[in-house]
Amino acid sequence: MSLLLQHGTVIDPAQDLEKQADLLIERGKISRIGKIQAKKSWQVVDVTGCIVAPGFVDMHVHLREPGREDKETILTGSRSAVAGGFTSIVCMPNTTPVNDCEAITRLIRGRAREAGLVNVFPVGAITKGSWGVELAEIGEMFKAGIVAITDDGHPVQNSQVMRRALEYSKIFDIPVLDHCEDLPLSAEGCMNEGAVSTQLGLRGLSRSAEEVHVARDIILSRITGGRVHILHLSTRESLDWVRVAKQQGIAVTCEVTPHHFSVSEHDIKDYDTNYKMMPPLREPEDVEAMIQGLVDGTIDAIGTDHAPHTRLDKEVPFEDAASGVIGMETAIPLSWELLVRGELVSKRRLVELFTVNPCRILKLSKGTLEEGVDADVTVIDPDQEVTIDVSRFCSKARNCPFHGWKLHGAPALTVVGGKIVHRDIAFAR
Amino acid sequence: MTNSKPNSLSSKHLLGIEDTPMADIELILKTARSFKEISSRPVKKVPTLRGKSIINLFFESSTRTRSSFEIAAKRLSADAVNLSVSASSMGKGESLIDTARNLESMNPDIIVIRHSAAGAPRMLVDYCRDCSILNAGDGMHEHPTQALLDAYTILEHKESLSGLKVAIVGDIAHSRVARSNTILLSKAGARVSICGPPTLIPPGFEHIGGQVTYRLEEAIDQADVVMMLRTQLERQSEVFYPSVKEYFDLYGLSERKMKWAKPDTIVMHPGPINRGVEIDPDLADGHNSVILEQVNNGVAVRMAILYLLLGADEETEP
Repeated sequence: MSLLLQHGTVIDPAQDLEKQADLLIERGKISRIGKIQAKKSWQVVDVTGCIVAPGFVDMHVHLREPGREDKETILTGSRSAVAGGFTSIVCMPNTTPVNDCEAITRLIRGRAREAGLVNVFPVGAITKGSWGVELAEIGEMFKAGIVAITDDGHPVQNSQVMRRALEYSKIFDIPVLDHCEDLPLSAEGCMNEGAVSTQLGLRGLSRSAEEVHVARDIILSRITGGRVHILHLSTRESLDWVRVAKQQGIAVTCEVTPHHFSVSEHDIKDYDTNYKMMPPLREPEDVEAMIQGLVDGTIDAIGTDHAPHTRLDKEVPFEDAASGVIGMETAIPLSWELLVRGELVSKRRLVELFTVNPCRILKLSKGTLEEGVDADVTVIDPDQEVTIDVSRFCSKARNCPFHGWKLHGAPALTVVGGKIVHRDIAFAR
Repeated sequence: MTNSKPNSLSSKHLLGIEDTPMADIELILKTARSFKEISSRPVKKVPTLRGKSIINLFFESSTRTRSSFEIAAKRLSADAVNLSVSASSMGKGESLIDTARNLESMNPDIIVIRHSAAGAPRMLVDYCRDCSILNAGDGMHEHPTQALLDAYTILEHKESLSGLKVAIVGDIAHSRVARSNTILLSKAGARVSICGPPTLIPPGFEHIGGQVTYRLEEAIDQADVVMMLRTQLERQSEVFYPSVKEYFDLYGLSERKMKWAKPDTIVMHPGPINRGVEIDPDLADGHNSVILEQVNNGVAVRMAILYLLLGADEETEP
């Protein structure tokens, strides 16, 4: 079956392309971009006024399966992804058990295939059980399909272990996804340390906990030549470290989450636990810096850190609540509204942050609309108003602080491997 | 929900000093004055809150505050039920909501809550729609009734809070008493001097109020009030200070250091005291000390708060 997306604006940063054109998909692959006469046997969708982009990649997702299927499963996470406009997601290994061996990697990939909605790329653990002591069998997991390694959520405290991991990762040319947090400095803090935490009487978490590890791992990357990708970077000083490291040619990249460029610690109202996440929401100056990093290119990608939790995990006092916010179904509207409609970044730059950049970091043969590649396409209706409604999420979870926000930029159509896997209800044309 | 009558508080709940307007604070202090006398009568009971139910829900151990609330309720003829729940023995927060919902179903008029988590009383407001919530201390956040009874006590010795110099000394970081007092005293126009080792002063405390100093002499210099905080000995393992001996040397209150303050300075402490750790034992009992007056006034102030939250809108007068 052939699929023709007619009259859209095709944006593909990998090909330096931005023009009014039709996009033809044949046998699951991108066939042609240009002025294309529709044939009777084709499925034709009129996407006038919409952006037609390579399939968006969320390089930071927690799917919770195996182990915490009450929070999310690979199936519900896949549904959430395609509803949010993502065609590929990269899932973190902090499941139960941890994805630290070939068998778990295969299990995740198998379940993802059964779900059959979205490309799921697992990330393996750096260390066995993510205990931070012995390296996991990274080579075996690599053969089974991991695209990176990380101990996200259980950051490697021992610098020597981190150094070895960076060295070892070079065999497979995979990046080490780095959750930067010096745990003794975090000291069980539950929000950013500063005037607001002091006022709320909540234990503060020093920004230095992140920055110490950012600096450490940039140094270790320089020494080893291993590639470091800083996950959910959140402070302006962390960004400065990355900026300097990049100028020096060190193999470091970084991502920011939508919540870290949308809200600050000042938005935490009435101890609402939906505002609790790791790293915590920072100061307004940090939010500004994240936006600046997105504008000037220091930040390579937007990753949501989609972290589903149950009601019970969140309906407790702030300090006892689980950390995390779900993000896949709000990422595009938030980014479109704040960054593109806010005239901070171009449409093309936004597409780059979600497509070619994460694919380059992870060496995925995706993120472009070049002829012959898998037909993963994200169509965004830039003028469609979106009111965030947690009760309508496809994710199992509801932990999202953006309920009720009115935004623009709807994931109108999601195509994976040439197949339409999501079509927005409002997108009736 | 706001009450509109002139002799009542602007809010149905008392969650903290921060969101309590000065007019409410003054009304509570004024009302407490008329209640204090009741406690010195041979029959220490008035029928003001007869038929009202008050639940004292304490998730943290407390002797002074809990008994103070209980006595205050009983002297106003309210029915007080005391529940001590060990937060650690239950599933923490889930149990907080479930406990609150269950208690709410029994139609209490006020739930007095103490909890180790900041914001726990605020949570109850969302789950208990009909009764008033009174914060008796939440984590490191606020302890409004303590600040009110402290203000009351100061005003028994000084003409006005405005213009006073008040030193608050000790473990500021972990102290809800320091927060509530700093907010109240700053609102009332006092100069607050915050003092302790830098390891125990959280960043941005100046935004709450007061001037921060690490030198005790500077804090106490010409002070009208010296408020010592309890040193939490169990925190020593967290490298906040090297030893109790050194702590007392640097930040403990002794006769020698008292000379820096005004001669008529009063010494306060929210209790319980660690004698010899933050305060010289003789000083705690000395003529400048108003520590037991604070406890005594606590009953009157809490009677006033219970009355204003409940009784003031009915045909009852003390």
